[in-house]
Amino acid sequence: MNLRKRMRFPLVLAVFLMISGITMAAATKSVQIREGAIRSAPSFMSKIIAKVAYGDLVEAVDNKNGWSRVRRAGVEQSGWIHDSALTHKKIVLTAGPSDVSQGATGDEIALAGKGFNEQVEREFKEKNPQLNFKLIDQMEKIVVSDSQMRQFLEAGRVSPQGGTQQ
Amino acid sequence: MNPSRRRFIKTIGRYVPLSVGILPLSGLLSGCKTLETVSTIGAKVGSATGMLTESQAQSIEKSGKAVARSFEDITPEQEYYIGRTVGAQILEKYNTYPNKQATDYINLIGQSLARASDLPETFGGYHFMIQDSDEINALAAPGGLVFVTRGILRCCHTEDAVAAVLAHEIGHVQHRHGLQAIKKSRITSALTTLGLEGTKTFGGQELSELTETFEQSISDITQTLINNGYSRKFEHQADLDAVIITKRLGYDPHGLVDMLKEMEKQLKPGRIDFAKTHPSPESRIAEISSTLGAPGSIPDARQRRFQKALAGV
Repeated sequence: MNLRKRMRFPLVLAVFLMISGITMAAATKSVQIREGAIRSAPSFMSKIIAKVAYGDLVEAVDNKNGWSRVRRAGVEQSGWIHDSALTHKKIVLTAGPSDVSQGATGDEIALAGKGFNEQVEREFKEKNPQLNFKLIDQMEKIVVSDSQMRQFLEAGRVSPQGGTQQ
Repeated sequence: MNPSRRRFIKTIGRYVPLSVGILPLSGLLSGCKTLETVSTIGAKVGSATGMLTESQAQSIEKSGKAVARSFEDITPEQEYYIGRTVGAQILEKYNTYPNKQATDYINLIGQSLARASDLPETFGGYHFMIQDSDEINALAAPGGLVFVTRGILRCCHTEDAVAAVLAHEIGHVQHRHGLQAIKKSRITSALTTLGLEGTKTFGGQELSELTETFEQSISDITQTLINNGYSRKFEHQADLDAVIITKRLGYDPHGLVDMLKEMEKQLKPGRIDFAKTHPSPESRIAEISSTLGAPGSIPDARQRRFQKALAGV
């Protein structure tokens, strides 16, 4: 009896640690958009605490309503980023031969700049000089800041209700 | 229990917690290592020559077996480049309406709505532009470039109706309806056969083949978008998205009904616009009516700024 009692504690501890180990297992993800923001809470209304760029790797340690809580290498503070900014694939910015091979067939790797890229656009533009890409560039420069958006919604009494992304 | 078994269990009891405790820790450590490696790769981007090396070429050849690919294999980065060119084609159709106040206004509404969608983040973000045409039309290029005509804005009597038009287009973007118009064979050819892909700079032959596939893909999308229209199913899906997205942000989804009723009045038979590429406003209203809920009231401040911002439209 005494022995069974003594054994119980390490076993319970082992099970506990195993379970916590599973929930703590972080998944490595890549940023799949040109520029992303890591926020203090899982909402676009919350403060931006850091910027991330295409191909940056993060460790997703928690998930809530379509948002991931992530950590970056060498940074203690974690933050939230919307899942649509992330992919489970590793984005390889400069590919070696093995990456190319895997990228063409597998689902683990996405190769940056592959397929339809800036170079293809340039080639296309040369063949179609009448197309106005400058206007597209101008259009892309219209970016509403967080504070402008907040002011606009408040002034028009538009109140986000139950939108998880908001 | 015999003594040796007892001793064994005792030993296990002592070490199991320790080893299990180390496991998650070692996972974290290896995770950090991966991060470092990739940051190093990131730092090298600028100096990449991008030329296809012999060993890369060999591995491409080996992996060149045709794997069936679908629009889902198009990365957000590629979607972005497709969207830019589709956008440039849409700009061919109508001139831009150079009214900064109105353009800023629809970007405030549209970019706010995009954040309430299921795809708030795209490679290059969502951007909205007004086109100088009386035709009633709204078009979205893959990745989030959205174009609306003065004609369709004139069908909107409230900000909530404008929001519904923009949210419908965001719905097409979030479901990647544009990319689904690309013929599968082209995607397979672009992503696999020319597979190569890791290279930043293609050689002459690959580049011209890829550009040709690109051109055909753009044409598939614009044909559908401008001439044939999406399927009834896609339009219905985008209407449902419009209801969901406007509600989430705090607009009254009845704005969509109001806009469709006005459109019904204004649509002239035989014109190449919404009438040709969309189901009738009446049937669209019928399909969403059960999802709307009770109509809300529009605050004065919102109505005043709507009238001011789109006064010239």
